[in-house]
Amino acid sequence: MAVNGVDDMKANKDIEPMAMRMRRRILDMSLRCEGPTHLGGGLSIVEILAVLYGRVMNYRSDDTRWVDRDRFILSKGHGVLAYFSALAEASIINEETFRSFKVNGSALIAHPVMNLDLGIESSNGSLGQGLSLAVGMGWAARQQGKTWKIYLVLGDGECNEGSVWEAAMSAAQYGLGNLVAVIDNNRFQSDGLTEDIISSGRLAEKWRSFGWNVHEVDGHDIDQLITVLTGSLPSEMPTCVIAHTVKGKGVHFMENNNEWHHNRLTQSTYEKAIASLTVAS
Amino acid sequence: MTLEINATTVRQWSRVGPRGMYGQAILDVATRHEQVVVLSADLGNSSGLDRFKNSFPDRFINVGVAEQNLIGVAAGVAREGFVPFASSFAPFISMRASEQVRMNLGYMNLNVKAVGIGSGLAMGFLGNSHFGLEDVAVLRSIPGITIVSPADCAEIVKTVRAAVDLEGPMYIRLTGSVNCPIVNTQEYDFEVGKAIALRGGSEVALIATGSMVAVSLAAAAELERRGLSAAVYNFHTIKPLDIDTLQGICEKYLNIVTVEEHARIGGLGSAVAETTAAWGNRPRHLIVGLPDVWGKTGDYSYLLEHHELTTSHVTAKVERFLGSDLKCCG
Repeated sequence: MAVNGVDDMKANKDIEPMAMRMRRRILDMSLRCEGPTHLGGGLSIVEILAVLYGRVMNYRSDDTRWVDRDRFILSKGHGVLAYFSALAEASIINEETFRSFKVNGSALIAHPVMNLDLGIESSNGSLGQGLSLAVGMGWAARQQGKTWKIYLVLGDGECNEGSVWEAAMSAAQYGLGNLVAVIDNNRFQSDGLTEDIISSGRLAEKWRSFGWNVHEVDGHDIDQLITVLTGSLPSEMPTCVIAHTVKGKGVHFMENNNEWHHNRLTQSTYEKAIASLTVAS
Repeated sequence: MTLEINATTVRQWSRVGPRGMYGQAILDVATRHEQVVVLSADLGNSSGLDRFKNSFPDRFINVGVAEQNLIGVAAGVAREGFVPFASSFAPFISMRASEQVRMNLGYMNLNVKAVGIGSGLAMGFLGNSHFGLEDVAVLRSIPGITIVSPADCAEIVKTVRAAVDLEGPMYIRLTGSVNCPIVNTQEYDFEVGKAIALRGGSEVALIATGSMVAVSLAAAAELERRGLSAAVYNFHTIKPLDIDTLQGICEKYLNIVTVEEHARIGGLGSAVAETTAAWGNRPRHLIVGLPDVWGKTGDYSYLLEHHELTTSHVTAKVERFLGSDLKCCG
């Protein structure tokens, strides 16, 4: 549950250890499932999700269907390592469920599967679809006079999808001030650097020209993220936060190394990774 | 406003045609159900939605020329408790936005009513780019989506009303053009998933959907004049298929003919064949539909003639099927 008011600074300080715990969870999940996982793009969104679940969003851990909760959509569906870690940190999913990641028949697989009991608002995995869904939800909330917001995380590679821009145009057209899209701008996509594949170009200018209120932040700087995401946002304009991130952030041999886009951890690489986290902190 | 089905109204509705009728039906349900919202991809006017737009401007969402977003936004509003009807030309819904349909209506089972207007050959001179030749084939293979193809304008009213009451995703396939044939002239019982026996007969059962129901009725009348007794069933719901009724038909008849304004691959005929394939002593089955070629373009009546889906063609096909060991002539 987000904390408001007097203890803000203290609450902000809680986010950093939460992010650290999430990175440990990510490595644990990845090792435990004994298969390849999307490590790079999971590690790059840890602070974004820690800030959203630890500080920004209104929700009730024991009532995931609470109608006035803020909604979260992981449009870059392959970022589940961070997402499920955040849901566990937020006590929305219990430890038993958390440990069921990639167990045959589990609710937690390599992409989100809509499950309102587990706080998972939508099914994703096919890139470029989350924003359209969010636009519909934002339109519905406004129509119902509700004040909850929708936060979503998209990848920079995901923005190759034309459907992202269809949705972006419509969000601006409808003046959806209840919509906040965070772009995980880690500069890589599956096949390599975005600038070598399909360049994002001037991403901030693109979103601004599509009619969005745009902020740019260091996506690993908790204070910057909190300042933007808890600050006052325009009421009739969607907001895009371009979070400059490092793919594989926190594990030195994974940082900016696209071999870890989707890869398997062995016991020894796991131990190296854990050691790397400790050094970084 | 209440749309009452009687001899006078159905004649008026026939002149309006399926798209205009969809507009009237949606206005009718929206008046009584405030959770109904309507989405269009820059085809509000072509979809007969002008009056809805004027009557309920705050419940009309135009996403522009963006069918992928159309389906995604519809799913988002459905997700929050509204009942969205999202329409565009059949191929743009079923193929341009196919994966959005799959994720949102299929995988997430969201309560979206997708409406394919001008399906089949109705778009005439606009050409194959606008025809709905394969929409049922594509959408039928996605688990969980109900598919209804109304037989006439009265059935469009019935379908739209049923769609509001039935929780779950649905594809409504509108076939036929203005001055469309009339099947129903009075109030009748309509239930999604329940086929309607329209005419009895002893030698063959014609199993039809959408625009081809009227054609099949006319063909049955013509066959009777030629001494052949044909029953006609309206399978307005293609998915889920009414297996009970189909089973009854297969027990009674040695010959069945499915008739649809859709590719012979993947439509009602396929659905029937897939269902009956394992049944013992099943009837011979002729699948009448569009051939597996890109046809020439002309007006709607030219196209029905060209693709052999007129009353006289269907009559002749049934007659040949019954009179020979014809293997395939659909």
